[in-house]
Amino acid sequence: MEFQVYKKIKNITFGVFSPKEISDAAAAKVVTPELYDREGYPVDGGLMDLRLGVIDPGLRCKTCGQKLKECPGHFGYIELARPVIHIKFVRHIFDVLKSTCKSCGRVLIAEQNLKRHISLLNQIGKEEGFEARRRKVKEVIRKSKVKEKCPHCDTKQEKIKLEKPYNFYEEDVRLTPIEVRARLEKIPSEDLEVFGFTLDHFRPEWLVLTILQIPPVTMRPSITLESGERSEDDLTHKLGDIVRINQRLFENINAGAPEVIIEDLWDLLQYHITTFFDNEVPQLPPARHRGGQILKTLTNRISSKEGRIRHNLAGKRTDFSARTVISPDPLIQLNDVGVPFSMAMILTVPERVTEWNKEYLRKYVETGSKKYPGANYIIKPDGKRKTITDETKDEILQELDVGYIVERHLIDGDTALFNRQPSLHRMSMMCHKVKVLPGKTFRLNPAVCNPYNADFDGDEMNLHIPQTEEARAEAKILMLVETQLISPRYGLSVVGCIHDGITGNYLLTKELVLTREEAVDLLYTCGVDDLSHLPNKDKVDGKEVFSVLLPRDFSFTGKDKSGNEVRIVNGQLKSGLMDKANLGQESGLMLRNIYEKYGSAYAAELLGKISKLGIAVLSRRGFTMGIGDLDVGEEVTNHVHDLLQKAIEETEKLIADYYSGKLEPLPGRTIAETLELRILESLNRARNKSGDMAMKQVQESSALTMARSGARGNALQIAQMTAVVGQQALRGRRIDVGYRKRTLSYFKENDLSSPARGFIRSSFRSGLKPNEYFFGAMTGRDALMDTALRTPKSGYLYRRLSNAMQDLKVNYDNTVRDASGRIVQFLYGEDGLDVSKTKNGIIEVKKIIQEVLEQ
Amino acid sequence: MALDTIKHRLVPKHSKVSEAEKEKLFSNYNITSRELPKIFINDPAIAKQSNFKIGDVIKIERESKTAGTTFYYRIVVGA
Repeated sequence: MEFQVYKKIKNITFGVFSPKEISDAAAAKVVTPELYDREGYPVDGGLMDLRLGVIDPGLRCKTCGQKLKECPGHFGYIELARPVIHIKFVRHIFDVLKSTCKSCGRVLIAEQNLKRHISLLNQIGKEEGFEARRRKVKEVIRKSKVKEKCPHCDTKQEKIKLEKPYNFYEEDVRLTPIEVRARLEKIPSEDLEVFGFTLDHFRPEWLVLTILQIPPVTMRPSITLESGERSEDDLTHKLGDIVRINQRLFENINAGAPEVIIEDLWDLLQYHITTFFDNEVPQLPPARHRGGQILKTLTNRISSKEGRIRHNLAGKRTDFSARTVISPDPLIQLNDVGVPFSMAMILTVPERVTEWNKEYLRKYVETGSKKYPGANYIIKPDGKRKTITDETKDEILQELDVGYIVERHLIDGDTALFNRQPSLHRMSMMCHKVKVLPGKTFRLNPAVCNPYNADFDGDEMNLHIPQTEEARAEAKILMLVETQLISPRYGLSVVGCIHDGITGNYLLTKELVLTREEAVDLLYTCGVDDLSHLPNKDKVDGKEVFSVLLPRDFSFTGKDKSGNEVRIVNGQLKSGLMDKANLGQESGLMLRNIYEKYGSAYAAELLGKISKLGIAVLSRRGFTMGIGDLDVGEEVTNHVHDLLQKAIEETEKLIADYYSGKLEPLPGRTIAETLELRILESLNRARNKSGDMAMKQVQESSALTMARSGARGNALQIAQMTAVVGQQALRGRRIDVGYRKRTLSYFKENDLSSPARGFIRSSFRSGLKPNEYFFGAMTGRDALMDTALRTPKSGYLYRRLSNAMQDLKVNYDNTVRDASGRIVQFLYGEDGLDVSKTKNGIIEVKKIIQEVLEQ
Repeated sequence: MALDTIKHRLVPKHSKVSEAEKEKLFSNYNITSRELPKIFINDPAIAKQSNFKIGDVIKIERESKTAGTTFYYRIVVGA
């Protein structure tokens, strides 16, 4: 299709139409509220006039002669019997009326000050925007008004009030729109500059409508119902009301009807025109359909979430995307994403046919669209698209040649972008390699849950397939998971081993001794086939098995979670355990060093292997947890009992001191507050001590292993299960609400002792007493409420922060500047460090020098 | 009893930058006064010292946890 360009847009100006412009631009004048005649043909001079554009297929536009979809539509107009205020400009009119003289129309600023004020105002308008300027105008006028008199003609000025939405009063006498318009007409054009109306071609009286522009029918098309009935658009309905009332107003004026009737009709016309522009004016009842449904008029179309801007313009939808539930698969690569077959057969990748890949692409076409891996469409060199079906397949195979594009199904290894909302940081959208799998969910390696902040309790994620070579290259180079391992926030790996991956390696490096067969089996399972580094002896130590994964020339010294030294010399783990401190996400120092020395791809691969090794170890050895894991020795039980007994006695003594007045208040506290603090402190101390006790017990248990390796759980949780749940706190205090002067009717009034104020003496293993359970439920409910309320709040806080900072950028001179070049920081972060090049914000200069010297 | 904010340990040292230094700063960063961060003339950190006027550039010496002493520059503007 060829179009002739006969008009080119050079610039766009926003402004207000003058009455003349409206009538000049109009293709038709609307004079009758009727839409169609008896034959169902649009009435000339009606709202559906054929000159306003076409909405029926087959008809031609009377103005431009084009058909449906070609004709853009043409504006019309109606002449109003009486002028009407434009609701969207009420504020502007009000400002201007208040600031100008009622008799001479000049701005109420003395002549000698005018120039000075104008330049000042223009400057403010430029720097701080239109709103600030508006405020300043008001202020200037208020200040320069001397004795309520016009500085130009000495006329006394009366106070003008705006009664919302659109009625103006001067000393309780109503100003009709005619009078308002007359005043606006009087204002000399030179004085308009004060208000910021700097367009040469603007007059304030245009804000009071004498003539109303009628939008083309193409933006308010009527729809034909199944019954053959026509249903008009809301805008057409509204315009019909306007034309009808306008007509009656004309007739009444011409017939010389009493002023009351004319005013009533005038008000009605004002109402209709107001709701035509905005049907959500606060003080007005919204215009409704006969059924009571609120009309959607102009403003409603544009504003709010469902409006044109946020829904249609900002709210983009995209092809080649998919969304479904996610589930874990620890056996796929870190870089992979599992895609269901059913999706792979809908999502396509365009591939251009060349001499070299012709046969390869033919195969996809031959398979067709119903079998995998096939193809869904071909695109001919002329850009025409053809669907591959059983009928068209032979024909397509015949013509398929160099220059065609085949849209083939998604196959293993294709690039895809994977995303989980809310996309708060750059790791929320990463590039993955597709792996087509059976099932109906996206599969992802559990190690990448952390950057996406995903879990598998029903989370859904989105997948996008880049369609051009450039897009794919960009995604692979900049966004591939392995390139995102190191977080720019704290310079450590955001991915790492989790759960079983940590526990398994912990046990392996801590205590396991395997036969050579077991070791080989283990290593082979996690993808190692070069076993030359496994010591050739019958019994292999766990540390030696782990060392097989490490590169030969890798040396590292660090600490494990409990503070013992971890030493790796030339790829041999000599001492220390592999736990969270070296393998875990957001710590993982050993992984961080591997990344630095061997690159991202190697680190990602090694992470996968280590993770698999841990899981394999556990599945061979067996790992489980039951109630028996919470059994503690008699010694520990007694010790904990003593500890708690002492703490409870201590609180009782504190309470006794409190009543006898012997308690010394802490600085700045009342005695009652001091008591509470002291009690809380002593009970918490007791619980922490019993936590340490529980961790230190010699008896081995799975729960303890997990807590020690850092895979899951901590000392406190172990203590809660085995020894004592501890003090429950609401809003940072012991529980003190409930009944009158007591927490539960089970206790005496004013009982300050620990059990009566929410101290749970029992452990989860021994079971809670009913009153203890109730206290636990109280804090549990409070915590639930707290998270439910805090999540949206902090989310909004973060959104505002990220929006405010989105155009800040580090420049080549290391300054941080905004989009207009203004400096925010003279040196990025005060120290100029790229955090992702550091380890947790630290650059170990000594170590680097040492390494350089060694080479 | 009035608290002297300037002597408070959390208020960094504010000093005036000489004309020559100002020139150097502008050419170093390739900026005009428009691109500099602003400080109000009535900002508590400089308000009580009378030697500051609009258009002056203020040098702020801050102690940084990671970088020792760092310098920051702000231009005095009218309130």
